[in-house]
Amino acid sequence: MATDSISLPLPKESSRSVFMDWLCTVDHKKIGIMYIVYALVFLVIMGIEATLMRIQLSRPNNTFLSAEAFNRLFTMHGTTGVFFVAMPILFGFGNYLVPLMIGARDMAFPRLNAFSFWLTAFGGFLLYGSFFAGGPLSQAGSAPDVGWFAYAPLTATAFSAGHSTDYWTIALLVAGIGSIGGAINFVATILCLRCPGMTLNRMPLLAWMNLVMGGLVLVTISPLTAAQIMLMIDRYMSGHFFDPAAGGSVVMWMHFFWIFGHPEVYVLIIPCFAFISEIIPVFSRKAIFGYPAMVAATTGIGFVSLGVWAHHMFTVGMPSYGNAFFVFTTMLVAVPTGIKIFNWLATMWGGKIRFATPMIFCIGFLFQFLIAGLSGVMLADAPFDWQLSNSYFVVAHFHYVIVGGILFAIFAAFYYWFPKMTGRMLSEKLGRWHFWIFLIGFHLTFDFMHVPGLLGMPRRIYTYEPGRGWEIWNLISSIGVIFQAAGILIFVYNMIHSYFKGAVAGNDPWDAWTLEWATTSPPPDYNFAVVPEVRSRRPLWDIKHPQDPDWKYE
Amino acid sequence: MSLGNLLRRAFSFALLQTISCFAAIAQNSPLSPTNIFAPDSTPAHSIFRISTFVLEITGAIFVVVFSLLAYAVIKFRERKGDEEFEPPQVYGSNQMEVAWTILPVLIVVVLFLSTAQVIHRVQDAPPPPDAIQVTVVGHQFWWEYRYPQYGFVAANELHVPVSDPKDPTPTYLRLLSDDVDHSFWVPRLAGKTDLIPNHPNSMWIDPYQTGLFLGQCAQFCGAEHAKMLIRVYVQSRADFDTWVHGQEQPPVSDPTVAAGSALFIAKTCFACHTIRGTIAAGTIGPDLTHLMSRETIASGVLANTPENLRAWIHNPEAFKAGSKMPVIDMTNDELNQITAYLETLR
Repeated sequence: MATDSISLPLPKESSRSVFMDWLCTVDHKKIGIMYIVYALVFLVIMGIEATLMRIQLSRPNNTFLSAEAFNRLFTMHGTTGVFFVAMPILFGFGNYLVPLMIGARDMAFPRLNAFSFWLTAFGGFLLYGSFFAGGPLSQAGSAPDVGWFAYAPLTATAFSAGHSTDYWTIALLVAGIGSIGGAINFVATILCLRCPGMTLNRMPLLAWMNLVMGGLVLVTISPLTAAQIMLMIDRYMSGHFFDPAAGGSVVMWMHFFWIFGHPEVYVLIIPCFAFISEIIPVFSRKAIFGYPAMVAATTGIGFVSLGVWAHHMFTVGMPSYGNAFFVFTTMLVAVPTGIKIFNWLATMWGGKIRFATPMIFCIGFLFQFLIAGLSGVMLADAPFDWQLSNSYFVVAHFHYVIVGGILFAIFAAFYYWFPKMTGRMLSEKLGRWHFWIFLIGFHLTFDFMHVPGLLGMPRRIYTYEPGRGWEIWNLISSIGVIFQAAGILIFVYNMIHSYFKGAVAGNDPWDAWTLEWATTSPPPDYNFAVVPEVRSRRPLWDIKHPQDPDWKYE
Repeated sequence: MSLGNLLRRAFSFALLQTISCFAAIAQNSPLSPTNIFAPDSTPAHSIFRISTFVLEITGAIFVVVFSLLAYAVIKFRERKGDEEFEPPQVYGSNQMEVAWTILPVLIVVVLFLSTAQVIHRVQDAPPPPDAIQVTVVGHQFWWEYRYPQYGFVAANELHVPVSDPKDPTPTYLRLLSDDVDHSFWVPRLAGKTDLIPNHPNSMWIDPYQTGLFLGQCAQFCGAEHAKMLIRVYVQSRADFDTWVHGQEQPPVSDPTVAAGSALFIAKTCFACHTIRGTIAAGTIGPDLTHLMSRETIASGVLANTPENLRAWIHNPEAFKAGSKMPVIDMTNDELNQITAYLETLR
């Protein structure tokens, strides 16, 4: 009959065609997932590097690792963490979510998107190739050993023979170009591809925050790239940019690096603010409190963060008024950050808090980010910093931000959006085990790590003298690693097991309000069969509450 | 006094007591010679005071915000029977935004102004005319201490006179580097200041008590950064003058170790080390003129005993892999003779 449809059996997908599909894809969802999986692999590798270092530091004058191996490990751990775990995972979530949340079909430049991913991926492979080049693997090969900020003149050929430093330089240069490509995509997509009715004032906070992050990346990567090119010229073309014996300036490297390095950490935290801003409202059953203030605060953070970099250089010998200026700007950037904490608190206030796994990770984030921010205020105080700088207090502070803040927010994002990406729910039970075990490990390691800093222990030392009062705190920090490793293993198992056997998620398992929940889980290639039209910040709330839609109150 | 005032004083008192307790335990206990909260010199004290102020403020903020978060998480949790209704949707409040913007900005202004004062006081302090001047030169991986007022060079163990707070005799340190970045950090005496090639820095200390103060390099400087230890001997004026007098003397010339002294030249030790008044005038390694006046060798890593000295010369790599001192080929006899010679350099 004329209206019968003929269904032909679909051709069986060979594993080669699936492989080629992913290799050549320009679809933002697939690219997002590749970024995330890539980052997770490096997260595990980073964890192994950290475990080895913490074993070495668990006792004074330990001989588990040689000085050379330890120095290469902390360099690789830091470099990997910033460039090949945090950046890719956040670009991955951003890539996946931004088009969906603004009702678009894909990012503005899909091929640039794929190119950026593969550049970043190549950078990581190149960096890790260094382990296998040059020296023996037991001494960690030819991996760079100059610290993740690679201060001059330690990176000069006179002090860094061979090519270990070059692996650092080129891997990051390439990855940086990938980041710029990704950022261009974020900015163009968010500014140009929002669906009808979605003014800037109505787009989800995640979109706003990825917009600020993208803008910040565009400004901040260039100084690093420039510095790396200058370093290569110094090392191979008889340049003297950073050669003090020939009139070059060592301090200039620091300025260039930190003009990149400080906004970079805001690049890392702002997308995490985005996750928190999307998840807390849904599990408090209330709209985000103070949307305009959140936008203003985030933009403010973006701008002010460009003017604080020399707080990494308080001990370098800048004049007193220079130090004072950076004290002021650094403390100032804490103000919009605090405003965000107050707005999240106000969102929960008077709400109806549901302690699903994404929410408990958000709550962990709130407490831990508060502490991390306050230890940052201590470091912003230059005289205090003259004692604390380059000590384990700083290491504890930034791990508190990165693990206690960023990683917890990323875990929240995983539990929240994994159902959308795969169509399956992650196990709540395993999620709770993951949360509590990891929480214990995090606090064991990083709470007590502040103490050796206060007792005079510098960072980047492969061993330490007994009798300084540091032993017990280092031992406790090292024990915490066991719990963190267990937590991560539970998490990885949860993801693999739930991918195959998890409860089917449906379109909208969390009863949420943004556009990604209006399509299937996982979404079809084209995201939305019909281009959505919105009238408020929470289009699905309007649909679910036709008597009481948001657009009446915004 | 008002309740608010009383609470604030109680809070500060509790916080200060906790810190002082910790500092006191640390000071009296031999296990924490590098506690930043046990200051013993004016710069360290200035830092301690402003740090306490910062801790009070951040501590108070922490208590308030933490309590509000904890309260919210408990009070507003979903309860049984609540599932179907949505709570009242509150979109924001301009007054609250203004309030919690202005209050933090005020806190920032107060913190900034008090901090700027301390920065100026510590960094811009002019050296009094009777200050001791020491030029510190950082090397991979040892410390050179030059005393320009007296005309000698020491290494790895810094001697300074104690300073009476009522009539201070501070020591001003000029900080230079021979190779890469280093940082001079003796927590109980001052904050750290970096040694940067071609970028001279300066700092000062005026220790109130005699004794040995420990520290170490605090800017990653290469393979053995961890073993670039600092030892500051604060001495009474009399003891300091005795030490200076000893350092100013020419090296002991003991004819019984002439063989060792000749080997010191033959084995090229002279190329890196200085023994004043002999042809050994190298500046790559520490000045050895009065090596035996030091309690440690290898920048604090080994006790200065004949066995350790011999072992160090025999194979520096075993103690500090990456040290710039090469392994020099010599027989056991030659090693013994060189060690015996160095043992005479009091």
